[in-house]
Amino acid sequence: MFQNDIDITPDLIARHGLKPDEYARILHLIGRKPTLTELGIFSAMWNEHCSYKSSKKWLKTLPTKGDKVVIGPGENAGVIDIGDGDVAIFKMESHNHPSYIEPYQGATTGVGGILRDVFTMGARPIAAMNSLSFGEPEHPKTRHLVAGVVAGVGGYGNSFGVPTIGGEVRFHARYNGNCLVNAFALGIAKRDGIFLSEAKGVGLPVVYLGAKTGRDGVGGATMASAEFDDTIEEKRPTVQVGDPFTEKRLLEACLELMKTGAVVAIQDMGAAGLTCSAVEMGAKGNLGIRLDLDRVPQREEDMTPYEMMLSESQERMLMVLEPSKEKEAEAVFRKWELDFAVCGETTDDLRFRIIWQGKEVADLPIKELGDEAPEYDRPWVEPKKAAPLAADAIPAVNDVGAALLRLMGAPDQSSRAWVYEQYDCLVQGNSAQIPGGDAGVVRVEGTNKALAMSADVTPRYCEADPFEGGKQAVAESWRNVTAVGGDPIALTDNLNFGNPEKPEAMGQFVRALQGIAEACRALTFPIVSGNVSLYNETNGEGILPSPTIVGVGLLPDVTKMATIAFKADGDEVILIGGHGSHLGQSVYLRDLYGREEGTPPPVDLALEKKNGDFVRGLIAAGRVSTCHDLSDGGLGVALAEMAMAGRRGVRVELGGLAPHVAVFAEDQARYLIAVKPAEAATILAEAAKAGVKAERIGTVGGDAVDFGAAGKATIVDLRAAYDGWFPTYMGGKA
Amino acid sequence: MRSAVVLFPGSNRDHDMVKALHSITGVQPTVVWHQDATLPDVDLIVLPGGFSYGDYLRCGAIAARSPAMLDVAKKAKAGVRVLGICNGFQILTEAGLLPGALMRNAHLRFVCKEVKLEVVNNDTDFTRAYAKGQVIRCPVAHHDGNYFADAETLARLEGENRVAFRYAEGTNPNGSINDIAGILNEAGNVLGMMPHPENLIEALQGGFDGRGLFESVVTSLAA
Repeated sequence: MFQNDIDITPDLIARHGLKPDEYARILHLIGRKPTLTELGIFSAMWNEHCSYKSSKKWLKTLPTKGDKVVIGPGENAGVIDIGDGDVAIFKMESHNHPSYIEPYQGATTGVGGILRDVFTMGARPIAAMNSLSFGEPEHPKTRHLVAGVVAGVGGYGNSFGVPTIGGEVRFHARYNGNCLVNAFALGIAKRDGIFLSEAKGVGLPVVYLGAKTGRDGVGGATMASAEFDDTIEEKRPTVQVGDPFTEKRLLEACLELMKTGAVVAIQDMGAAGLTCSAVEMGAKGNLGIRLDLDRVPQREEDMTPYEMMLSESQERMLMVLEPSKEKEAEAVFRKWELDFAVCGETTDDLRFRIIWQGKEVADLPIKELGDEAPEYDRPWVEPKKAAPLAADAIPAVNDVGAALLRLMGAPDQSSRAWVYEQYDCLVQGNSAQIPGGDAGVVRVEGTNKALAMSADVTPRYCEADPFEGGKQAVAESWRNVTAVGGDPIALTDNLNFGNPEKPEAMGQFVRALQGIAEACRALTFPIVSGNVSLYNETNGEGILPSPTIVGVGLLPDVTKMATIAFKADGDEVILIGGHGSHLGQSVYLRDLYGREEGTPPPVDLALEKKNGDFVRGLIAAGRVSTCHDLSDGGLGVALAEMAMAGRRGVRVELGGLAPHVAVFAEDQARYLIAVKPAEAATILAEAAKAGVKAERIGTVGGDAVDFGAAGKATIVDLRAAYDGWFPTYMGGKA
Repeated sequence: MRSAVVLFPGSNRDHDMVKALHSITGVQPTVVWHQDATLPDVDLIVLPGGFSYGDYLRCGAIAARSPAMLDVAKKAKAGVRVLGICNGFQILTEAGLLPGALMRNAHLRFVCKEVKLEVVNNDTDFTRAYAKGQVIRCPVAHHDGNYFADAETLARLEGENRVAFRYAEGTNPNGSINDIAGILNEAGNVLGMMPHPENLIEALQGGFDGRGLFESVVTSLAA
């Protein structure tokens, strides 16, 4: 028999992830001891995952406004204007902790959750992306996590029917005990067809939609707000189970329902399920909510109100219904064979009341549940920065061709085809660029315009210098969108860090955020949505600071788009931004010498903007259709990728430069373009006029990336190294 | 040309198919809900790709028993052209309209990539626009496309020239027996295939090789 009025012991409070002072705050707010159900509700609302209590202070400092921002952070996803009455709605969210515990289901429900965030607002998802970080390849758990997470991401998105058009995969020992699974989704809606979670009107029915409630995921958000230790296997029951078939039906049913005018407000049930969605709708609308749990569709018998309020069963929505449309609305859900149950109503008393078996088991102030969540100004210290490397501390190689070959076959630079071929990147028929280029590109249905998007962060830079690393993540995403010809509009961020209660980790968070903010301002690239994932730490060791950025941009004319592949022999290769010299934190040092040392390349944001705008102008004018940005591995890796994609080589002249520096330096704000010889001189002249460094460095042709006397790597060898690593690794024994 | 696309709750390439049919035939196809027991009178019925009922059981097993499919079977027997792509192919085998079965891919992973297809039989309403032996590009996207049939069935399929498409140039993505990518029924009016010609019909998609299949049907009608 369920006991709602039990003794609330310090141990029980601690098991709900609440600190003693937080419990004292609860007592003060409600003026009595909470019931067990109420304690559960508080723990769901006040955990880090849902309340952003450690990060809120700093999130407020981020630039979130812009000409094209329709809705910034605070709703299920951010909304930007893409012209012609269309909006793009997008967000990225982490499912790190669940994916480490149960990789397949953790990843599927991460994808499911972010898709729901997008279609709750009335948008049909048209693209998905992800950013995955795993432990070092040699770690005994890594293969298992890669296999499970990748299958899970694919399993959900493929069945749901959204193309996964890009992403990133990295390996590093610092993720050994804590992988990162960040999922992104983007949808399209009409500007006048956006749906929000704010409830309006007293006495209106609150309707439960979608799948039934079970015991899966009870306490999931609280789990995701704690660090891990060796008892982690015991947490598997806190991971939810995904059902993409139900989600697909929920999508179609919701979009059909929204057309009927029946939806006053709608909110998906994500973290902390019924609790979070109901409180959010009521608190935003300044209304109370009364829920009758006996009317909630249930998958299991004898569920307690505590379990029902904390369940994270997937594929569920809550909405406030226009009463005159009830029959029509119900018919839509019956057609799609989904649950539709009126299970409560809006009230004018600002209370959150839960009825179960005829009794009131919770009665809490709804505004305070959300608004009065604790907010911390966590102490932080300036994080340790890596020391700069003297130029003579960096060894040279005799043969840059052989070095390039090694880098292309290394875990982090090798082809991700093994991963992305498990994702349907073509469904819906609008994919203009699929994984393997600088950014994913999808056409907006029925138009000639397209959206470009790219997920980026370089965690080793962030570790060495969080501020510069934060700037770099934004700059690289902006650069990737630019490199396909997109005009960058806005971004979503997924801030993955360690334990905020440690001043050093908090310092990484603060400084990275300051870097992000500075880059967003300089590049006019506001943040419209995002997610924070803290406590990514196992047995006391935190992950590399990993603020993933997904930038989104618009191509007004998709036929004027650039790809990385070399297209014709004889084309001149031009380096925009000049030769580099910075090898600190380079993959050259890391993968050839096992050294993660030095400062990361500094990001000159004014230079980024100048060089990027110049390149984008050329692409938009239809004058350049081959372009690649320079990032990990610098000029050498970029040339190798362009050559492999185009199945044609390139002859490069390095002049008198030290070959290993010129080929592998990771200086920022740089691009390679390839153009017809007749066009090259004009472009160089225009660059000079615009104050953009540009120089001819080679010619397309031959069967190798050929640096002359400094060495070469044939395309056949590059292909073998590049294509070989991932399948060989995954084919190995666990 | 009049066409109909059957919509199951978990179909997800219905939209791609409707777009392809509209752009190539010039006529908007009728979309038929899986619970409708009667399909309209059309020249071509298409079962699109997707995960008809979630496909947690054998792919297409539940869809094969839907009211719409009973009518599809009836119409197929009467000679109406039926095209099943991907999940549609799986449904056709589950419904007994085509022989054999589609098993899990040999490597047990979902696969989405471009492959090469050899047009083995171009003397059909679906392949006329191609040359016999022509190799075309075409994407695949599936988890269960590993075609299998017993030796006797296989011998009949090959002997009766009912293999329409075969994976070519070593691109078999799923372990399918005899590299089979698409097969016909005895009468030649039902084609099931795993690859997605509807996703390679315009410049944005990188090529036009898939158009020939739909153009073949249009041509057949004119003949």
